[in-house]
Amino acid sequence: MSREVEGLNRRLLRARDAMDRSYAEPLDVRAVAAVAHLSEAHFTRSFRATFGETPHRYLQRRRVERSMFLLRETDRSVIDICFDVGFTSRGTFSRTFREIVGETPSNYRLGNGPMVAPNCYQMWAMRPVVAAGRARRSSSFGDAAAATAP
Amino acid sequence: MITKLNVASIMVLNKDEALDFYVNKLGLEKGQDVKQGSYRWLTVRVPGDVTEISLAEPGPPVHDEATAVQLRDLITKGALGGLVFKADDVRGMYETLKSRGVNDFTQEPTDHFYGTDMGVRDPFGNAIRILQQGKVAHKARA
Repeated sequence: MSREVEGLNRRLLRARDAMDRSYAEPLDVRAVAAVAHLSEAHFTRSFRATFGETPHRYLQRRRVERSMFLLRETDRSVIDICFDVGFTSRGTFSRTFREIVGETPSNYRLGNGPMVAPNCYQMWAMRPVVAAGRARRSSSFGDAAAATAP
Repeated sequence: MITKLNVASIMVLNKDEALDFYVNKLGLEKGQDVKQGSYRWLTVRVPGDVTEISLAEPGPPVHDEATAVQLRDLITKGALGGLVFKADDVRGMYETLKSRGVNDFTQEPTDHFYGTDMGVRDPFGNAIRILQQGKVAHKARA
């Protein structure tokens, strides 16, 4: 493997870390791509080749993981949690959550209590995989990005 | 009965660069530095601790070239295991690291029910967590 590929991996990892830190903010692909010093198209292509999923899907799963954490650990309302983790509409949040987790946020809360494990472990290990079939695309980078998200 | 962890290991891409980061940035101390031919046994440790952390590079004679390529790929993708340290003042350490030019943080100091922790990556992509253990008044936040 060339130094060039190693450097690209490292830059893509920095961009992924930026999504993990700033998932609650209104991120767009261009801003995250800038962290990796890549154009939007090159970033999306390279991210998928390196990590096995698009940045759009990665961010969705991070936001849903954080919402699952808050549903388990707090008594905040579902709508508050929706906005806490960076979704901008209850409809998009509920649809995305159900696509990925396989049940509604309210049902998930009913069946899951607090988890006694370090937060870093939960962020690392509890990011949900898509529950059933292929999830439909919905916007995590904002509605404008939905049409172009790969 | 096992009585102590003696040596742990972390894969790095360059031992000199790793030594600079782990000693001059993170504040560990240099342990063993033994050279035999082309091989270098290099360790760092928490000051005052006995557990050595071996800084290991992928490559011969331990790994064939194809395996080394895979390992380098995994290291730079952040896919290998990292290290978790304890500290007495995580927020102070965060400021110290920033003043030393470290900016690859994965998490700023954050309070949890078990204490305060932060995350940073070494120059190669390995994840490092630093925990200040203890009960901290906190409210769960995402």
